[in-house]
Amino acid sequence: MSGELLRAEGIGKRFGGFVALEGISVSFAAGQLTSIIGPNGAGKSTFFNILSGALTPTSGKLHFRGHELNGLPQHRFVHQGISRSYQITNIFPDLSVHENVRVAAQALTVSYDIWRNRARLTELHARADAALDAVGLLGKRNELAKFLSHGQQRALEIAIALVSEPELLLLDEPTAGMGPEETKDMVALLERLAEKRTVLLVEHKMKMVLGLSKRVVVLHHGRLLADGAPDEIRSNPEVRRVYLGQSEGYG
Amino acid sequence: MTSPPSGEVIAKPAPGGFGRVLDHRVLLSIAVLAVLPWLLPSKALAVNVLIYGVVVMGYNLLFGYTGLLSFGQAAFFGAGAYFTGIAIGRYGVPWFAAVAIAVGLSTCLAAVIGVISTRTRGIYFSMVTLALAQLVYYVALQAASFTGGENGLRGFTVDRISLFGLQVNFLDPVNKYYVLMVLAALAMWFQSRILNSPFGAVIEAIRENEQRARACGYDVERSKLVVFMLSGAISSLGGCMLALHLSIVPLDILHYQTSGMIVMMVLLGGARSFFGPFVGAASFLILEDVISLWTPHWQIFVGAIFVLFVLFLPKGIWGTLLDVIGIGKARP
Repeated sequence: MSGELLRAEGIGKRFGGFVALEGISVSFAAGQLTSIIGPNGAGKSTFFNILSGALTPTSGKLHFRGHELNGLPQHRFVHQGISRSYQITNIFPDLSVHENVRVAAQALTVSYDIWRNRARLTELHARADAALDAVGLLGKRNELAKFLSHGQQRALEIAIALVSEPELLLLDEPTAGMGPEETKDMVALLERLAEKRTVLLVEHKMKMVLGLSKRVVVLHHGRLLADGAPDEIRSNPEVRRVYLGQSEGYG
Repeated sequence: MTSPPSGEVIAKPAPGGFGRVLDHRVLLSIAVLAVLPWLLPSKALAVNVLIYGVVVMGYNLLFGYTGLLSFGQAAFFGAGAYFTGIAIGRYGVPWFAAVAIAVGLSTCLAAVIGVISTRTRGIYFSMVTLALAQLVYYVALQAASFTGGENGLRGFTVDRISLFGLQVNFLDPVNKYYVLMVLAALAMWFQSRILNSPFGAVIEAIRENEQRARACGYDVERSKLVVFMLSGAISSLGGCMLALHLSIVPLDILHYQTSGMIVMMVLLGGARSFFGPFVGAASFLILEDVISLWTPHWQIFVGAIFVLFVLFLPKGIWGTLLDVIGIGKARP
């Protein structure tokens, strides 16, 4: 296992009187795929939003590669090397597939240049096409994103997150709403991605998570319930009680 | 649209056929404007199309391309006109320098209004821009010693213009049209550069999905402020043109009805299209001209036509036309 990439120390989040997360301390090593699971309302999405900067924690600290992330505005997180996809498809619908990814690649280099012609920034075009190729969408590059199928939009979502070459890729339920065929393709894609970079996955499909991940973190009622290899999680009685029991039955 | 065979990597999107026409949108637009005075019933109407076309084009950057519905664009139109008039009439600044100063000061005004308004979203943004623009209106009304108050600003007639040593009689409507067209051409060239630039991609991303643009790493608030200033700068140039054209600045130019007219023009012509603002300005002004000859209640008819457009032609005249001949999707 290589060095630590991200460390969360006592992360808590309250919405008014409601405690969404409390005292989450966990660290993620570079170069492996970790899944975060938990029943509905366990705080997975809140935790993800905190890791990607969309929400500020009410307590606790985040360290990424030794730097503290607290207080950074959300748009700076990508520049630090943390990129995410969304549970509900979140793309630029009226732009071409290629432009969806190209504009994401551009964010790291130029934002306020009103003078150069962006068609001439050929490196960005090439990087966008490479990211599209990685998710198998290169053939659709000139179509408007809104005309893609659901599965293709999910893949585009990942290409947008991927093109910034993040050190940490956060994927929020990449197979949400997918049929078995599309899910199979997505799992293959996730396996390829995990070879090269650190991936954090929030997912509902238990079998998929246990097969895919090196490590599984279980949240329940905003607290850390278990943390370990898939086999340990599978045999952990607490986890079976709150979560696995629902989908796989006791015994 | 056809997609290239899988695996083929093309660095630059290559719009085929009609799409190439749009590569020369500035030259084409200038060519159309150059013959406009001979197509329209009067030269005065053509000058107005030119002026409002520039104002609406600036607004289109904000509304069409960034998706920010402002109800206060009249503030910059008016600011451009008043600053030009005051610079020429009160301080004796040469006309060209006056235009440059006016655009600069109007951009500063846009920065102030933008800092406040771009922090809000949706209907709140619209209301804040409306309120701040009305504030500018009342300032112009009260500061009568500078602005002429209710009577408007007078006393700065530009009758001769020297261009590269050449004396041009600016009272001649044809000369006036072509001198102002040079300013309009500059604005079009500037706008086209913005749309083609990396920043042009940022504002479209913000329009399409603000949350995603932020997650991609863009500072959405700052980008909105920058585009608000650029939009104000271009619209204010239209105001400068109006001041040079009329030799007076009517107070009404700052009123919210002018802002509403700008919104109507952009929707009539087609938001998100390069030439749409000029088409929108021309259609609106021609409608006003024709129907007001026939009844003083022309606004009822223009309003009805506007409603029909919003319901049935949401892309406006020009946007729909581009779709029909199949080049609308190729480029912004």
